[in-house]
Amino acid sequence: MFANALLLALRELRRNVMRSILTMLGIIIGVSAVITLVTLGGGATQQVTQQIASLGSNLLMISVGKRMGPGQMSGAAAFNLGDSEALFRDVADLVAVAPVAIGATTAIYANENWSTNVTGSTEDFFPVSNQQIAEGRLFNASEARVGAAVCVIGQTVATKLFRQQSPLNTRIRLQKLSCEVIGLLKSKGQSTMGSDQDDIIVVPLRTFQRRIAGNQDVNLIKVSVKEGADTERVKSDLERVMRVRRHLATNEENNFNVLDMKEIATMLSTTTQTMTGLLSAVGAVSLLVGGIGIMNIMLVAVTERTREIGIRLAIGALEHEVLLQFLVEAVVLSSFGGIIGIVLALSTALALSGLLQVPFVFQGGIVIIAFLFSATVGVVFGYFPARKAARLDPIEALRHE
Amino acid sequence: MSDINGALPTPLLELRNVTKIYGAGDAQMQALAGINLSIYPGEFVAVMGPSGSGKSTCMNILGCLDTPTTGHYLFQGIDVGSLSRNQRALLRRNYLGFVFQGFNLLNRTSALENVELPLIYRGTTTAVRHQLARQALQAVGLSDRENHTPGELSGGQQQRVAIARAIVTGPSLLLADEPTGNLDSARSVEIMELLTSFNRDKGITVVMVTHEPEMAAYAKRIVHFKDGLIDTDHQQGGH
Repeated sequence: MFANALLLALRELRRNVMRSILTMLGIIIGVSAVITLVTLGGGATQQVTQQIASLGSNLLMISVGKRMGPGQMSGAAAFNLGDSEALFRDVADLVAVAPVAIGATTAIYANENWSTNVTGSTEDFFPVSNQQIAEGRLFNASEARVGAAVCVIGQTVATKLFRQQSPLNTRIRLQKLSCEVIGLLKSKGQSTMGSDQDDIIVVPLRTFQRRIAGNQDVNLIKVSVKEGADTERVKSDLERVMRVRRHLATNEENNFNVLDMKEIATMLSTTTQTMTGLLSAVGAVSLLVGGIGIMNIMLVAVTERTREIGIRLAIGALEHEVLLQFLVEAVVLSSFGGIIGIVLALSTALALSGLLQVPFVFQGGIVIIAFLFSATVGVVFGYFPARKAARLDPIEALRHE
Repeated sequence: MSDINGALPTPLLELRNVTKIYGAGDAQMQALAGINLSIYPGEFVAVMGPSGSGKSTCMNILGCLDTPTTGHYLFQGIDVGSLSRNQRALLRRNYLGFVFQGFNLLNRTSALENVELPLIYRGTTTAVRHQLARQALQAVGLSDRENHTPGELSGGQQQRVAIARAIVTGPSLLLADEPTGNLDSARSVEIMELLTSFNRDKGITVVMVTHEPEMAAYAKRIVHFKDGLIDTDHQQGGH
């Protein structure tokens, strides 16, 4: 009996290809919107989660400037190497402290040049930033201390300057400094904020200060806290020591800022998830509208096909057979629309993930849910018109023009 | 009547004092005022009468589409009035064939699929269904029009497809409601010859409503309706 209903429903849909496609459109758009958004959102969340992990254990960042509001900082004197040494000495539960100075420059190798930032730091920079070596070696403590002309570069810089060549044991020029490339870092991809973490050149801090910047400034201090330590306490200790170092009176506000990176990443991840949820809800509404579209078309079809229903009933179709036929028509429409929507969504998500540089993470759950939901839409919104058709009086229906 | 057909076996269908009243209160309208009619297997009956004489109501009751207000309609001894809507549908499916004035084929559906329709509801297997439908189309002389939709067929051809659909299940009773009403005289003759042949060769009982005496002349028996009652009922030589 079900096979019969399917046969009749398919014959009917085939007769009205255009109308069938238009009816499915609502479901197609709804399903593909939900799946695309959830897939991309899932990819973004996964990316943020991975970045939290890649930040390394409990990273705190101390930057110069007074916090004026979101994203705004007032100018203030820079830190120096003594500050970072004092922090490491005076604050408990720290694994490492890396003073960081950054300056924009152009890196030159043979005929190639690449505008980027040069980072000057100590050997502690690598473990604190969770940067790992891919080829060659990192610079060591003695090289850092004496300010050797060596550098470690990221994958992006290597590609831009050296193409396929190995960058190791060559010399690149950074302004007046000619330095030897001793190591190539492992790729870290995009950061939470969207910047390329592989576009990096690291030289010893002393080298940076003497040969590139020409001053003793440190812009940023990265602090790695011991696992399990109370981050809040460490944060207030850092502030206390830093206030003394910067000679701030008790009534003065901090002219530096301590940021817990993990906190920010967690917040970003929550925001991403909330956005995904909200956008999916919009998609779900369009799915509902698609369902109502199906009901609308099916109701019109029942009126339009009253005579046909009369013929079927006169020929000997049972009430539930007519009901089943219309219901199957609606379910075939909606679930077929769902399948098209799924295919569309996955290809859109794949294309967009490349464009937005978000990893494509296949979410089987949402695909199954979206398909089941679209089929359910067919049953729910198809039932009322189908019942209306099944209950028609054959004599009246046959007289209908 | 019973004395005329006294020698025949039990009637295929029998109306006993059937009345049909539509509406209620002041708007009440009596379509049938107490009909007694027996039709025996193999008969070819023409039902005639002016509009509003009750013949359409009578056809609806005979076709198990409607039930009497009072009285009984017995189809092969079964009281149709006591059956549920679905049981009447099963009766139509298994024993009845319908031919309408307006053909009533499914639009944008090939002749073959139209003829297959009653077999689908019977649950006939695909192979048997195709075979029976082709045979029925052949019987009405439309083998070469299997894949044509009603829009691509003339009126006479459409009515022949409708007849094929009605006889494809091998019904006991064929009900034709003004089957030639929309056709010219040459096409009408073709249709009447088809109905006559199915009645004669396959023994299908035919009850046909018509306004035209020339078409009624093909029947073996003519029943005249007037004001909700049977006015005259007589046998004739037929063709």
